[in-house]
Amino acid sequence: MDDLIVKTIIRLIVPFIQLYGIFIILHGHISPGGGFSGGAVLGASIILYTLSFGLKKASKKLPHKVSQVMESGGILWYMFVGLLGIIFGGSFLANKGAGFFMGEAGNLLSAGIIPLLTIGIGIKVASTMVTLFHTIIEED
Amino acid sequence: MEVLNSIIEHINYIGAVALFVIGLYTVLTHTNLLKKVIGINIMETSIFLFFVSIGYVHDGVSPIINLGGDRVIYVNPLPSALILTGIVVAVSITAYSLSLIMKLYEAYGTMDIDEIMELRSEATNE
Amino acid sequence: MKKLMFMVVLTGLFLLLVTSILKMPALGSLNNPSYNEVSHYYLENTIEDTSAPNVIAAVITDYRAFDTLGETTVLFTSIAAVISVLQISHKNHNKKKVEKHHG
Repeated sequence: MDDLIVKTIIRLIVPFIQLYGIFIILHGHISPGGGFSGGAVLGASIILYTLSFGLKKASKKLPHKVSQVMESGGILWYMFVGLLGIIFGGSFLANKGAGFFMGEAGNLLSAGIIPLLTIGIGIKVASTMVTLFHTIIEED
Repeated sequence: MEVLNSIIEHINYIGAVALFVIGLYTVLTHTNLLKKVIGINIMETSIFLFFVSIGYVHDGVSPIINLGGDRVIYVNPLPSALILTGIVVAVSITAYSLSLIMKLYEAYGTMDIDEIMELRSEATNE
Repeated sequence: MKKLMFMVVLTGLFLLLVTSILKMPALGSLNNPSYNEVSHYYLENTIEDTSAPNVIAAVITDYRAFDTLGETTVLFTSIAAVISVLQISHKNHNKKKVEKHHG
């Protein structure tokens, strides 16, 4: 789409959408939201950028290699956090039983592995949405 | 009167069933593959609506614990947590079927299942 | 004609489902059988067990974290399937082009 108004508004609005997505992911354990919804918002921001600026510019912003690393990294990070539970003497993906830092309920830094897992899920969902969209519209 | 009252008490479930039947009708009658995918998505949405309605409680608030406040009634958290899995599977299925439809369009030049079947039978008869 | 037949059959299905659904417990009552001891356990013990106020986040990433691992695997599998379906033709076209150039 080659429209000045759309391009200007998208350039203004995308950072705020991404900030909102990151906020939803990081506050997943104390407010509505979580990895899936925040990742969907983050992915939607990049899809919006692709729709208005075209695939070439968008894949410069988020190259295929980076999103590949993010995809595999999200799931590997999830498994790594799960294995930390075994190392610290609990079961796979144990939270309180493995003695993680629980903190006080309602604080940002609390709830043990829940924020770590939420960040992994958010990265995974965002990169998956972007890669699916880019792969499907890649056909010329 | 009793039937009417019963319908009002189950209005969400009836909406879910209506959506399911609409989606099934779309899948069965349309020959365009994209419209079939849209029908499958409508059916999935009806199942999500049904599940989440099961968890609803009158005057309930969303299940985020009210720290230090009064004791309130919470909505059932389990159906919402389970439906997240369903949404992810729905997105995956949609993406995969769309990519298969793109391949079919590349190979046959049409998205109509009847025309694809005719082309295939011609190809095998030759 | 075909559409009319489908409409009749699906109206029958709709009536069947509605008559069975009207026997379900009413929408939004606290005595709903789905609002059972499992939900009560989650609502009462989440703060103690995980110290996360959001019960749904606690359920999907602590009590049932293994289920979420499977969910991420589903996403990974879907993207692998989509890329394996869509990228075949690109490579073939490139090969054909290369062969043409060589020929």
